[in-house]
Formats: sequence, structure tokens, C-alpha cells
Amino acid sequence: MKLSENWLREWVNPQATIHEIAERLVMGGLELEIEPAVDTLPQGVVVGRIVAAEKHPQADRLQVCRVDVGSGEPLQIVCGAPNARVGLHAPCATVGAVLPGGMQIGHAKLRGVESSGMLCSAKELALSDKSEGLLELDATSKPGQPITDYLNLQDHILNLEITPNRGDCLSVLGLARDISALYGVNIKRPNLPPAIVVGHQQVKVEIDDLATCTSYAGRVISKLNPKARTPDWMRERLRRSGIRSIHPLVDITNYVMLELGQPLHAFDRARLLGSVRVRRARSGETLKMLTGDTIELHRGELLITDDNGPLALAGVMGGFDSGVTESTTTVFLESACFAPAAVSGTARRHKLTSDAAYRFERGVDPALQRSALERATQLVVEICGGEVHPITQVGRTQTEPITVRLRHARLVQLLGHEIPAREVEALLGRLGITMRNEIGDSWVCRIPSHRYDLRLEADLIEEAARLYGYDRIPAKPYLAALAPARAPESQRSLSSLRDTLVARGWQEAVSLAFVDPRLQTVLDPQASPVPVDNPIADTQSVMRTTLWSGLIPAWTYNRQRQAERLRLFEVGVCFALAGTEVVETTRIAGLAAGAAATEQWGKKDRPADFYDLKADVAALLGAAAEEYRFEAAPHPALHPGRSARILRNGTPAGWIGELHPQTVRALDLPLAPLLFELDWPALRAGRLPRAQALSEFPSARRDIAVVVAETVEAQTLLDCARRAGGNVLQKVLVFDIYRGEAVGKACKSVALGLIFNDYSRTLTVEEIDAATTSVTEALAREVGAQIRQ
Amino acid sequence: MVALDKGNGVAPFPFLFAQNIVMTQEFDALLDQARRDVTAAADARALDALRVELLGKKGRITELLKRLGTLQGEERKAYGERVNTLKEAVAAAIESRAAALAEQELHARLQSEAIDVTLPGRGEPTGGLHPITRTIQRICNLFGELGFETVEGPEVEDDFHNFNALNIPEAHPARAMQDTFYVMNGARLLRTHTSPVQIRTMQARKPPIRIICPGRVYRCDSDRTHSPMFHQVEGLYVAERVTFADLKYDLHTFLSRFFERDVEALFRPSYFPFVEPGADVHMRWAQADGSSRWLELLGCGMVHPKVFEAVGIDPERYTGYAFGMGVERMAMLRYGVDDLRLFFNNDLRFLEQFK
Repeated sequence: MKLSENWLREWVNPQATIHEIAERLVMGGLELEIEPAVDTLPQGVVVGRIVAAEKHPQADRLQVCRVDVGSGEPLQIVCGAPNARVGLHAPCATVGAVLPGGMQIGHAKLRGVESSGMLCSAKELALSDKSEGLLELDATSKPGQPITDYLNLQDHILNLEITPNRGDCLSVLGLARDISALYGVNIKRPNLPPAIVVGHQQVKVEIDDLATCTSYAGRVISKLNPKARTPDWMRERLRRSGIRSIHPLVDITNYVMLELGQPLHAFDRARLLGSVRVRRARSGETLKMLTGDTIELHRGELLITDDNGPLALAGVMGGFDSGVTESTTTVFLESACFAPAAVSGTARRHKLTSDAAYRFERGVDPALQRSALERATQLVVEICGGEVHPITQVGRTQTEPITVRLRHARLVQLLGHEIPAREVEALLGRLGITMRNEIGDSWVCRIPSHRYDLRLEADLIEEAARLYGYDRIPAKPYLAALAPARAPESQRSLSSLRDTLVARGWQEAVSLAFVDPRLQTVLDPQASPVPVDNPIADTQSVMRTTLWSGLIPAWTYNRQRQAERLRLFEVGVCFALAGTEVVETTRIAGLAAGAAATEQWGKKDRPADFYDLKADVAALLGAAAEEYRFEAAPHPALHPGRSARILRNGTPAGWIGELHPQTVRALDLPLAPLLFELDWPALRAGRLPRAQALSEFPSARRDIAVVVAETVEAQTLLDCARRAGGNVLQKVLVFDIYRGEAVGKACKSVALGLIFNDYSRTLTVEEIDAATTSVTEALAREVGAQIRQ
Repeated sequence: MVALDKGNGVAPFPFLFAQNIVMTQEFDALLDQARRDVTAAADARALDALRVELLGKKGRITELLKRLGTLQGEERKAYGERVNTLKEAVAAAIESRAAALAEQELHARLQSEAIDVTLPGRGEPTGGLHPITRTIQRICNLFGELGFETVEGPEVEDDFHNFNALNIPEAHPARAMQDTFYVMNGARLLRTHTSPVQIRTMQARKPPIRIICPGRVYRCDSDRTHSPMFHQVEGLYVAERVTFADLKYDLHTFLSRFFERDVEALFRPSYFPFVEPGADVHMRWAQADGSSRWLELLGCGMVHPKVFEAVGIDPERYTGYAFGMGVERMAMLRYGVDDLRLFFNNDLRFLEQFK
């Protein structure tokens, strides 16, 4: 909301510059900026009155005007504006004048005719972005008066943003109240007598539900002058608030809204049929809005209707058909209080913005309707003339007094600082809160109707603290029991997993959690992703079920920027539908592409493969590595021969593999990256180390090589060897794989290292040989291995 | 040897004296020759051959010693001393030559083994954490030292935890301030702040509670300065007698530690439905042109009694403070990032700057 400084100072005028006032308001919890009313003041521009106008002898579009500027002979000025006419008052730049754009006015000859000055448009005075001929001024303006004085251009605009609880500040009156409280100076309320009622026309008003509209005041004013013009002072104030002058009646409603905070609406009385009713919309009703658009009303939206149907969207905007026009001679003014809950969201739903909705959604003083209507009446009579008829008011005419108890001890306890009781009384008193002392150092506070945000003790404590100044409450270190956070040592932390990957050369990524459903379907066709009801874009319309749907685009993005080798990981939540619930799983996933090693002088370049990735994944599994198994298993997005399901103690914990060639094609990727994804809950349990006795006896190693079919997995060999080796077999490792003629087609030779040890004695050669033999025999028996000599 | 002769200049017997002269000349010549040969020995093997020739079992000096058997008394004693002196001198020469040769050899070996130490090391450089992660960890660690425990919660939330329990009822304008993403046909939503974690914690635990809640949050807003997904860290401290003065102290301490200087912080009244009194925290920030301005960093306040009521904590017995900050904003200020979108593009050239 924008407001003129001069207007505000008519209501409250502390001895401070506008910038000081702004600073004080900001520190009091309002957000605002100060800007000058006009960037540059025009110099040498005065009110002029055209006393004669003749056609230019040489040019059809020009007129030669004689302009009264208050002193001396009228000036001869050549003017091209179509609205230049005898009797018009308009700004006149005299010789020597400097316009805001820097233009200097001198004597000139236009098509052979002398011109001693220039009649100005609003644009030329930098009052408007566009110009529709000369700026027309009131006929009562005095020729010769400097335009800066006449239009009060030495002014500032307060551009105010409020927090949702401070709807009471959305007016000159509201802002004046807060300034009055912050400075401890009084408000000067313009003391105007109510208009004299002469007529007796009334429109019947009904409210269906007082919870939606607590009060409604209406009044008819008839015999209006349809030729009336909004006076310049009002136009200027509205302009400074960013509101264009439209029609005197509309301007007056806007003016009163800005002045007092009460949105009003002007209906053309002639267009109303029967009685006015405040009710909720039924399904199927429509309304043509002031903007000219017809909207379909949603069932339950609050309406103003007459016997014909909807007239206006209550508290938001009027309808086209019942609005005032240039021929309106009788108006019905509405001044109502709609409940925030009843109007909230309506404007947004229909993509309408309105100052009224902005105010009603935040709350309007429930006791303001009648006085605002009286104020509007005065202005209508002053500007448009007319006969005033009685006010019809329904709803609650008296607002119930609201009282809140405030304990001084509680204030001290919450703030951690003692504001003396007497000062609390003074501070809250400035807000119009009346306080009655109670025993036990507490007060019963009566809240003025416009502060509908103050309902609790804490609200009053904030008001006192705010006016006292947050900066005056000292920061205090507290003395409290500091219990260290619970951090079970047997639980691994995500940050340690991150660190493991980082130490192995992986870079962390953060992707948006909403992804492209097409990508999602290709990567995880069996999942049920959670669609977003109101997505920002089609490509961000489902929640990810796998982190791969963020990592793959991140990879291609970097590939397009010449990053050939990449190790990217992400830790994040994945979402899946399970019946009617959303299941969230935190996962850690990675994508590897490019060479096994970064390009360097000491290593041969080769593409990274499954086993490079597997080593990184194994590093993530931590101390409980033997609880995990990698088993060949098909995944819809992974290469069937190069993918494995990762199990922990038999429970699925994740996937590792190369992207399926079909997926690569479906996603139009340049090559197949390697991927892994692990469920954090499966990884989370670590183990508390349990120290084991160390063997004091030497270990012995026997190496064997077995020839098996290609299809026999290393894991099978290892499991078999371990079982057969008995207790003395401490460790089995694969240290070579050989394929070639020597072992035959579809076969491979696997070299196993067997390490034997015992805790109680040195093993004899015979014992070691026997154990080795039982391993080789078991391998031969169980997997058909041939022992290579 | 000459010096030795001089030292024994007065000989007791003329005969011995004459014989001494002959002997001295022979020994001197031998020593001179031996020294020349030793110096000329090119390597350890030649030197060893020389050692055998001179000091070995049949070596020339060993032979000289054998003559000792033919002498008696004083003569024998004098002769013995001289031969021993000669032997020691030759041995010393050989030793010193051997040391010199060993050193030469080592030197040559070291030279031959030299490598180019400026070549880069083999293996992989480390990766890096995302700047958001890094910032969250730093914030949580700093509050951890103040006794705050890190707690996380779901990202898909319901109306109660995200709004109602936080004193943001259906028609509240604050809902419009936080454009919400809905899922499940409006039955669930993507949390618009991490405050629901505070609600869940207060429902599950009894005060004292001191938690810090980092996480992803979602708002229906996407442009240069807004991302539909971003990160927040919120804190909550509930106990008996928690005050606004405590809040000021903790946040000022945190900001000073985070930015590693004594920051000038300003607490300005503001409004959040879940706190009362509420405040914005601003910090004086130096500009490039030498001036400074106030920069809004955090929202905070004393937990609203209605929030306590919603989670079943007695607002008379307990008070609490809560605060929240945007992680991206903190990271942007801390590391001089000027475009929010950089955080979510995952451009390696950006990410690798945070190793």
C-alpha cells in the first residue's frame, strides 16, 4: 500500500523527518520504503486558464491560445492538445520553466506564430506514464499559483508492506495510530459533522449468516450530479496511492478505504431489484465482473445479490451490470464487514486482485462500517451533491468488548527482561488499550475494535516489547543443564557415508525432488510415484521414486559441458505411494561415468566398470560388510547381465549396475552410466566394535586354482570354500581370474588364496594340507570344479 | 714419521741410531707409496686388493712385523712401535679412502634413483560435499555445541503438522504467503517449512527440548530468486523459563560464529503465526562500496501459546523460542554465491569449488 506523506501528516505529525518516521516504523515491525512523490519538481509551471483559443492559421491541429497565468497580459501559447479549450484550467510552463525531464521553455515560433510558454500534460510533469492531452485542473484553481503548490507535489510516498496480522495498518488512520503509539503523540481526527438526512429511501438488506458478514451498512444518495468531477486534491492523493481516477463515486470509495481502511462499494441504485442479500453462491451461478470477464462462481463463495441474482463477489469486486456509470444519478453505497474466513482465497481462485480483498482477508475493524459510510457520504455530497437518505444497518451494530488479562510477571518471564509495570501501562495505553489494575500485579486490558490481532496475553507482551524496542532487551547467556545430544554409537551417520564417498572422489549433488514423469517411468516402471496436484511444470510433476531421476539429468548437463568423467552422488528422500499413504525413504545413490581413473600419467586409461563401482559401494557398507550380498537380479532399468541386488542379511538394501541399453536408448543418452542406489534405513545400523583376541601363532597360505563353468559365481566358490575349510580357514580371497585355451571354452580358472590360522597353536603342515584338500574336494563335488595343477 | 724422529732425537745407542735411519727411510717410502696407491684405488675392490697387499697375512707390512722376532730388548721395542705406527697410518688411509668411495657410490646411486617429484601423485583426488550440505552441517554443528540435537522429519506432511498446529488455520493469510504444493488430491502436502518437525518432536517428547531441524522444503514459486525446493534449518528450545533474552543471545552467538566475526545483529518486530512475540533478525552487511546495509537473515520468536496447546505442552509452565533460516541464503552470503539456481544445476564447475 502506498500513501502520501502530506496526507498522513494531516492525521499525525510527529516532529521528525519522514525518513526518521520510516525507520521508527520499521523498528516497530512494519516494512516500508520512502520515495519522493515526483522525482523532479517542475520549475516555473503555474496554473493557467485558457481565455481564448483560435485555430492556427498554418496548421489544422494547432490552436493559438491565450492563457491567463494570474499576472500581466494573458500569454499567447500555441498548443496541439485536442482538449485545449476556452475555460480549461491546465498547468502552464512559462518562459524560463524547467520541466522534470530537463526540458527548458523559451520563446518559440510555431509555424510562424509566437508562443510564450507551453501547456502541459500529466506526462510532461512526470505525474503519469502516458498522456491524454492537457492535464485538466479544477475550475476553482487559481491562475498563477505554482503547480507544485497547487498539486502539493512536495511530498513523499510511503510504500508499505504489512505482515498478515497488521491489516489494521492498511490506511492513513491505521498508520497514524501506530505512529502515534511509537512517538507518543496524538492523532488529529478531522472533525466533520455527519451529512444531514433529507430523504427516506432505503434498500432492504439481509444477511444469511452473520458469521460471514458481521455487519452491513448501506445508504442511498440520490439526485447526484452526473457531470461532477473528482477534485484535483483527491485525484492526486489517489494517484500517489497508485489508484487511477475512474468516476467520482468510485474514487470516493477508494479514498475512504485509503483513509479509514474500510472498503466500500458503490452500486447504481437504478440497477438494483428488490432487496440486497449477503449469501453464499450456489453451484452454477455466474457473474460478469467489473473487469468485463464473466466468472463461474464456486459453490459457497460469498455474494451480494438482489432479487435478480448475483451483483458482486462480496469483499472482492463488484459486478459489471450494477456498477456506477457516467449516467448514474442515485447510488447505493455499501460499507460492510466480511469475515476473513468467508472471503479468503476467493480472489486468488479467480485470479482477481483487489484492494478490498487484500483488506478483508486480513481483517477490517468490525466497528468501522457506519463511520466510514458517513465519511463517504460527506464526500459524495461535497463533490457530487445529492440528497442523503437514512443508513440501513444490519448485523452486529455493537461490537462486543474484548478483554485480555496480562500479568506483569509473565511478561518478565517471557522476555527475560523487566519492563517496569508503569511503562507497560504507558506503552499499551498509546495503542488505545485501556488497562484496569487487578491484584497480583496484573491487568485486565480492553482491546480497541481495530486491533483484532490482539487476543492473547502473548500478543500484548509483543506489543509492549515492540513499542519498548527489541533492541533494548539485552541478550542474556542462560544457565541451563546442557545434556549432550543422544547419538548412539552403533548407528552410522549419513555424514560419514557422505565423507566416505567424498574421500573416494565422489561429488555430491542436490536435485529437485520433483521430476519428469516420463524419465521416472523409464527408470522405475514398477513404482507408484506421487503426483503433485499443482506442479510448476509438466517436467516437474511427480515426486521422485529414485534418485537416479535427478542424477541422470545432472550427468547429461555436465557432459554437455565437457565433463566426460564424473562421479556424482546424492542423498535424499524418495517418495512412493503405498495405498493411500506416501512412503518416504531416504536413499544414497550414485552415478559413475567415464574412465576408471581420472586422466593421469601413471595409469592406463580404461572405462570404469561394474567392479570399480562395486568397490565404492562396498566402502559404503562399513564394518558389517559380511552381512551384505550382491546377487545377480534383473532390474527394469539395468543391464540384466550387469546388475545386482544388494541384500543385507537377506533383506533388499539397494541396487548396483549398468544402465540397460534399452533405457539408454529410451532416454537418448550417449552411453550407459553405472549406477547404484542404497536405502539408508538398511545401511543405518552399524555395530559397536567388539574386540577379539589376537592369534599369537603364524598363519599359512595355500593357493589353489579351480576351473569352473563361466556361470559359476565367485560368491558360490567362496561360500563353498568357507564351509569346507572349517574353523582354521580364516580367510578366502579371489586373487586371479584366467580365461583362455588352457581352460577350455565357457570356462574360467579362478585362483583362490586360502589363509589358515588358529588361536591356540601353530598348525601343522598335515593339518593345513588336509584342510586344503577338503576345500578342493568340496569345490569339485559341489560346483564341479577341476583343480588346476 | 719425521716428527717422530725429532721427538726421539736423542738416541741412547749410536748403533741403533744408524740402523734407525735406514729403517725410517724404508718405512717413509713404504708409507708414501701406500698412500699414493690408496688414493689411486678407483673402487672398493681395488682398495680391498691393496689392503691384502699391505695388511693381509702376507702383506708387506705384515712381513715387516715378522722381522720383530729377530730383535731383542730396546731395539725390538722401538722397531715394534714404528711398524705399528706405520700399520695404523696405512690402515687409516685405507679406511678413509673406503669411506670416500662408499660415499661416492651412495651419491651415484641416489642420483640414478632420482625421480621427478613434480609429477602429480597417482590415484584419485577427493570429491566434495554440496555447499548446501556443507552449510547445513556447519549450522547443525554450531548449534550442536550449544546443546541442540539434530532431528529430521517427513517431507510429505499433513495440514495439521504443517499449518494448523502452527496456528495457521485454513483462512489465514499466512497460507497465501507460502504457496503450497499438494499431493494425494490435497490430502497431503509437501512441507513448506521444517516447522512440522518441531511439532512432531513436541508431541513425542517432554520438555526440555532443544532441537535443530534441517531439511528440504517446498513452495510453489520458481524464478530467479525462488526455487520450488530449498532448504531450511529451524531450531526450537522449550523449557521452563526460556526467554526472549536467551533467544537474542543464542542467535547472536550463532551468527557471530557462523560468520566468524562479532556481527551487529538487529531484532525487529515481525510476524509469524507460530510465535509471539516474533522478530526478524537482520545483520549489518558491508557493501562493496564501503557502506553497509541491514540484511534480513532469520525469523524467530517465542513459541505461540496456541502451538503449545496444539501439542499438549502447558504454556504456563513452559516457554520456548523458535527460529528458522534459509540454508541457501546463508550459503550465498558465506561463500559469495550470487545466483540461487547454481545450487540445483549440479554443475561440477560450481560444485567442485566447495571441496
